[in-house]
Amino acid sequence: MDRAKTTTLTGAEIVVRCLQEEGVEYVFGYPGGAVLFIYDELFKQDKVKHVLVRHEQGAVHAADGYSRSSQKVGVCLVTSGPGVTNAVTGIATAYMDSIPLVVLTGQVPTHAIGLDAFQECDTVGITRPCVKHNFLVKNVRDLAITMKKAFHIATTGRPGPVLVDIPKDITQQACEFDYPESVHMRSYSPVRKGHAGQIKKAVQLLLEAERPMVYTGGGVVLSDSSAQLRELVRLLGFPCTNTLMGLGAYPATDKQFLGMLGMHGTYEANMAMQHCDVLLAIGARFDDRVIGNPAHFAQNPRKIIHVDIDPSSISKRVKVDVPIVGNIPDVLEDILKQLKSTKPRDLSAWWKQINEWRAKDCLRYDRKSAIIKPQFVLEKLYEVTQGRAFITSDVGQHQMWAAQFYKFDEPRRWINSGGLGTMGFGLPAAMGVQLANRGATVACVTGESSIQMCLQELSTCKQYRLPIKIINLNNKYMGMVRQWQEFFHGNRYSESYMDALPDFVKLAEGYGHRGVLIDKPADVEPALREAFAAKNELVFLDFITDQKENVYPMIPGGKGITEMILYEDL
Amino acid sequence: MRHIISILVENEAGALSRISGLFSARGYNIETLTVAPTEDASMSRMTIVTTGSEDVIEQITKQLNKLIEVVKVIDLSEAEHIERELMLIKVRAGQKEREDMKRMADIFRGRIIDVSDNTYTIELTGDTQKLDAFIKSLDQGAIIETVRTGASGIGRGNRVLRV
Repeated sequence: MDRAKTTTLTGAEIVVRCLQEEGVEYVFGYPGGAVLFIYDELFKQDKVKHVLVRHEQGAVHAADGYSRSSQKVGVCLVTSGPGVTNAVTGIATAYMDSIPLVVLTGQVPTHAIGLDAFQECDTVGITRPCVKHNFLVKNVRDLAITMKKAFHIATTGRPGPVLVDIPKDITQQACEFDYPESVHMRSYSPVRKGHAGQIKKAVQLLLEAERPMVYTGGGVVLSDSSAQLRELVRLLGFPCTNTLMGLGAYPATDKQFLGMLGMHGTYEANMAMQHCDVLLAIGARFDDRVIGNPAHFAQNPRKIIHVDIDPSSISKRVKVDVPIVGNIPDVLEDILKQLKSTKPRDLSAWWKQINEWRAKDCLRYDRKSAIIKPQFVLEKLYEVTQGRAFITSDVGQHQMWAAQFYKFDEPRRWINSGGLGTMGFGLPAAMGVQLANRGATVACVTGESSIQMCLQELSTCKQYRLPIKIINLNNKYMGMVRQWQEFFHGNRYSESYMDALPDFVKLAEGYGHRGVLIDKPADVEPALREAFAAKNELVFLDFITDQKENVYPMIPGGKGITEMILYEDL
Repeated sequence: MRHIISILVENEAGALSRISGLFSARGYNIETLTVAPTEDASMSRMTIVTTGSEDVIEQITKQLNKLIEVVKVIDLSEAEHIERELMLIKVRAGQKEREDMKRMADIFRGRIIDVSDNTYTIELTGDTQKLDAFIKSLDQGAIIETVRTGASGIGRGNRVLRV
């Protein structure tokens, strides 16, 4: 008999035992009053390793990066009150991108709840709109089953963060420990198989298409169905585009790949989206940054097939003709089975049109500039790392350039906050990525504004010897804000310029890392080579880049997907 | 369009706020909301009256189904169903008005359930329009207080919502 089934344990012991049973490798957290008993139990064992961050937001982003790059669930542990409120940004970030996390939070003792106790907040209330589900454990007997449910809910169906709020007295009380192997919930049973009739209809449409297009999002990455996607796209000979969240699902260097679509997507991807006659959307949600104005998108008639695990993502912004609710790999396998016996259509006219759009070379920029162009840094980053690095990013222009210029051939290599758009995500996420992939090359592409939002984590990087390479594209502006102000607010750069930036080289050194300032294009590649050769060291590369550079193409907010501003228009 | 949505939900603390929070977060209307445990005490049944286009109602049912504690959702207004709402209304009923008020209550099949020197409290059950009609038919100055439960609904015949 399993020893676990007969032992009496305290709540704190139960928490740690559950983590062990779930095979949790790392817990990202920060101690405090309400979680002291749990920390005491963590201290007494070495199976679950704790990573001490410098701010709870960093803990959640790190767990998030860990999960995104490894397909495992990310776990964090924070104390009540401010521990929770600091974590909220991280939780909301994970929620928007459907990342499976289990967030454990301390709570004041049950008898003190509702009495405005020290470090009390209504955790379940505050986090309710930004979690897949949350629990308040009011009885130690419910603790183990609640932990099991948390892991089950976080990782099945459309994944997402699940929070378990544990009052301090519950962690002290004891009960018999019995960790169930599985859990059944009558109110929660996500589908797997897609509807056979719908799949048949979809196959029919795919075979009849003259101007087909495949558009895939984060769902393909999260469900690990990149292999099936590749097989399908190659078998059909269709063009394919990925969303910001979906990059790497289809290899960026493949000739059938049209690049990212959307607000800063390529000309060819956006044009093909608008002009296709059959659109196969997989694990994507037609959001505002992807198709722009839905009324403009609807002007061109096309049949849409939409595969998604979440029915509420279907026909939310765009009416769909063939909805298929199901687990993406299962659905794609079913589609593939029916397609294998058929011969793909001749699509040469459509490809000719696409290649004309491609010839626009929409990602062009001034390569002769005497000032460092940010695009140039990313191209060199791609070359130096041979396209094999894990790249995390913050939010803004640098994020878009990274998405455009770093060609991801594999999924789970591109780690960014696509939905919530959280500045400060990049560095702590990179910590999680590095811990999940110990020997791998990890770079955080950021800007001087974003990096300052979770800068304190440089200290965590030192403690755990995480040799992350920070690619700071420093233009002294909140670049994307500045770009919008230039385009839409009459060049009035209201509060987007940062005076008195720190000396990032000294700052990196202050944390015990190496810092390098690069201000000439000729120094970019050598600096990158030297930094990436330093396998055991965090190197902070501060690139002084062109202050006026803009991201092109750009679809202005509220405009249609083909109403792009291009570099050549200016 | 007005829709009446029935929801079976786990009878757990916080389930109500998850549902009402969903409506406010996504900007959906709630006209009325009623909730009480069912014959199985582990489950509550909720009835929500809402308005919206077909697309919005489709999203509402999908989003409700997505909540972990929601067991089942149906849009009652998609087919034959019955709706009832209970109203308690306190009206002025001095010597002068007493007879008239009693007659009005009778016409609407209301019951007088509390009497004082100068008031009646009338209990009235029916669909929403009937209760509205009763209020309209009274001298507005005679109404002292009203309380309504909001609509509850159930499908006709073999149309059932259960686990």
